[in-house]
Amino acid sequence: MAALTPAPIAGNASSAPGRKERPRAWRVVVLALAAVYFLVPMAASFWFTVDDPQGFSLDAYGQIFSAPGFASSLLLSLALAVATIAVVLLLALPAMLAVRLGAPRLRPVLEVVCTLPLVVPPITFVAGIGTVLRFGPEYLATTPFYQTIIALQNPDFPVVLVLAYVVLALPYVYRSLDAGLRAIDVRTLVEAARNCGASWPHVMFRVIVPNLRSALAGASFLTLALVLGEFTVARLLSFQPFPVWIVYISGSQAQVSVAVSLFSLLLTWLVLLAVSLAGRNRS
Amino acid sequence: MTAPVTGATGEAVTEAAAGARVELRGLHRRFGGTVALDGLDLAAEPGELLALLGPSGCGKTTALRCVAGFEHPDEGAVLIDGRDITGVPANRRDAGMVFQSYSLFPNLNARDNVAFGLRVRKVAAAKRHARAQELLELVGLPTVGERYPHQLSGGQQQRVAIARALALEPRVLLLDEPLSALDAKVRGALREEIRRLQLSLGITTIFVTHDQEEALSVADRVAVLRAGRLEQVAAPATLYDRPATPFVAEFVGTMNHVPGAASGERVTVLGQTLPVDGPPVHGPVDVLVRPEAVLATPSAEGTATVVASSFRGSIARLRVQLADGAELLADVPGHDSVRLAPGVTVTVAFVDRPVLVSAADLEGADS
Repeated sequence: MAALTPAPIAGNASSAPGRKERPRAWRVVVLALAAVYFLVPMAASFWFTVDDPQGFSLDAYGQIFSAPGFASSLLLSLALAVATIAVVLLLALPAMLAVRLGAPRLRPVLEVVCTLPLVVPPITFVAGIGTVLRFGPEYLATTPFYQTIIALQNPDFPVVLVLAYVVLALPYVYRSLDAGLRAIDVRTLVEAARNCGASWPHVMFRVIVPNLRSALAGASFLTLALVLGEFTVARLLSFQPFPVWIVYISGSQAQVSVAVSLFSLLLTWLVLLAVSLAGRNRS
Repeated sequence: MTAPVTGATGEAVTEAAAGARVELRGLHRRFGGTVALDGLDLAAEPGELLALLGPSGCGKTTALRCVAGFEHPDEGAVLIDGRDITGVPANRRDAGMVFQSYSLFPNLNARDNVAFGLRVRKVAAAKRHARAQELLELVGLPTVGERYPHQLSGGQQQRVAIARALALEPRVLLLDEPLSALDAKVRGALREEIRRLQLSLGITTIFVTHDQEEALSVADRVAVLRAGRLEQVAAPATLYDRPATPFVAEFVGTMNHVPGAASGERVTVLGQTLPVDGPPVHGPVDVLVRPEAVLATPSAEGTATVVASSFRGSIARLRVQLADGAELLADVPGHDSVRLAPGVTVTVAFVDRPVLVSAADLEGADS
């Protein structure tokens, strides 16, 4: 993530005073185009939310918090995000370390496996999950297997969504952690720590994790953004986390749903800011 | 380095670090199709600095990693003071290691890096900080404790790494080409400091290097490895003067190859007959002669010509072309270099000492 890596400072620009104007002009143009691309839809959305027959009104924003289902769906999404982040990191990081240290030849295999969810369309993915979840013949009704399937689909906290999101998040988490692992000499650090008497868990949490802070923060943020915006899987499995709720509310209260979208955008930005501050290296 | 062996608190820094005996017994290690160790037998005596020297791929680093526990031999055993530690995990071995690449933990400052092992052992914070400070003083860096690795120079980082390796008072110190990433000047200074430290602590040390000068200058004994086997282990002077094999002769120092004719225990080379060092041989051979054993004397009747001379202070190294076009290197006293300028004709003779002979040209010798 570009936002997490400090940009190189153009300290030598002043050495060529004649030439610096032109690149600067282009920079402004590119920035302006990008800004237009992002800001126009947002401004239009904002306009829509405050447009009122009487003129200007912030009522839509006031209604967000009282809208039925807002708090529960948002909390569900956040809880799903936290659980997904925990599971995907606990799964991916040890696996990537093990492959790097013990079986470097398997790295391409791991990379392909982790990238696969990008290739498989979510609709295919969810169709498969749905089929599996519907499998439940009567005679299995009293078995722990059946009860597990039921528990996975508990609407208060659908574990099945966590499992699905872990798969969907893998490509991003893999990329982010891979970049972080490339930046440090993992093998030497691990061996140095082992040589100092550290057990494997100690190596993991005292050596690897602190030195992968920004990569872990990046992976967490991407996962969070994915879970907060995921619609297809949740909708087709009939759960109601935040994105599904936004679509639901838009049917009855169009202005509120757009206001909520802008609100969630703001929320995501705040989280990004927090993550990039937390992941920033000590100077 | 001027820091004393005792730290700030006055007590000896390493009481328990009386050196252990390290023994490698019949080590075999194979990586896919490559043989890294092919039955290596070697022992480092208590308190000794043993250098492992050899060309890249000779197995020296693999041998060291077997002692550290990062590599596991397919066959054979590693013993410390007679105890077989082959199956002991790396984090429970009594050996501190310094790595070739910079290995300090980037997220910890120098003091916490040194104290890392003490923290693993749950030593109280005040105690481990004091100990880390002592060790930093020991390696000549009393003021860098608060700095992070990226704020230290390469030489400083390696010194901190040495302090870290010594923090748990290991009985064996393992150095895996610790100086190879440093520039020449720092390398020379740090090399001497390592030796000084090692002597004062009396810790058994195994020093892996591909640099023969480094090995000869610091080690008590040097073990020359080739293709996973031990060629010779001896004190530096012995290694240089009495190499056991042509490979060692070639790898350690500079060697001239001169064609000669052997007949039993004598060999005739450039009209001079010299004793053969080793078993009797017959027929045409390569005679191996050090540059300092070549005597070049200015003479009008000489059949050889000086073609180049490089002055090195106390000596000058000449390149001398023989009548048949072959070239020899000869070291002469520096003050003779004026009389032996390029273009001067000389006679060439050899110091009358036993010489090594080899049947054919050698492979795999780099220097």
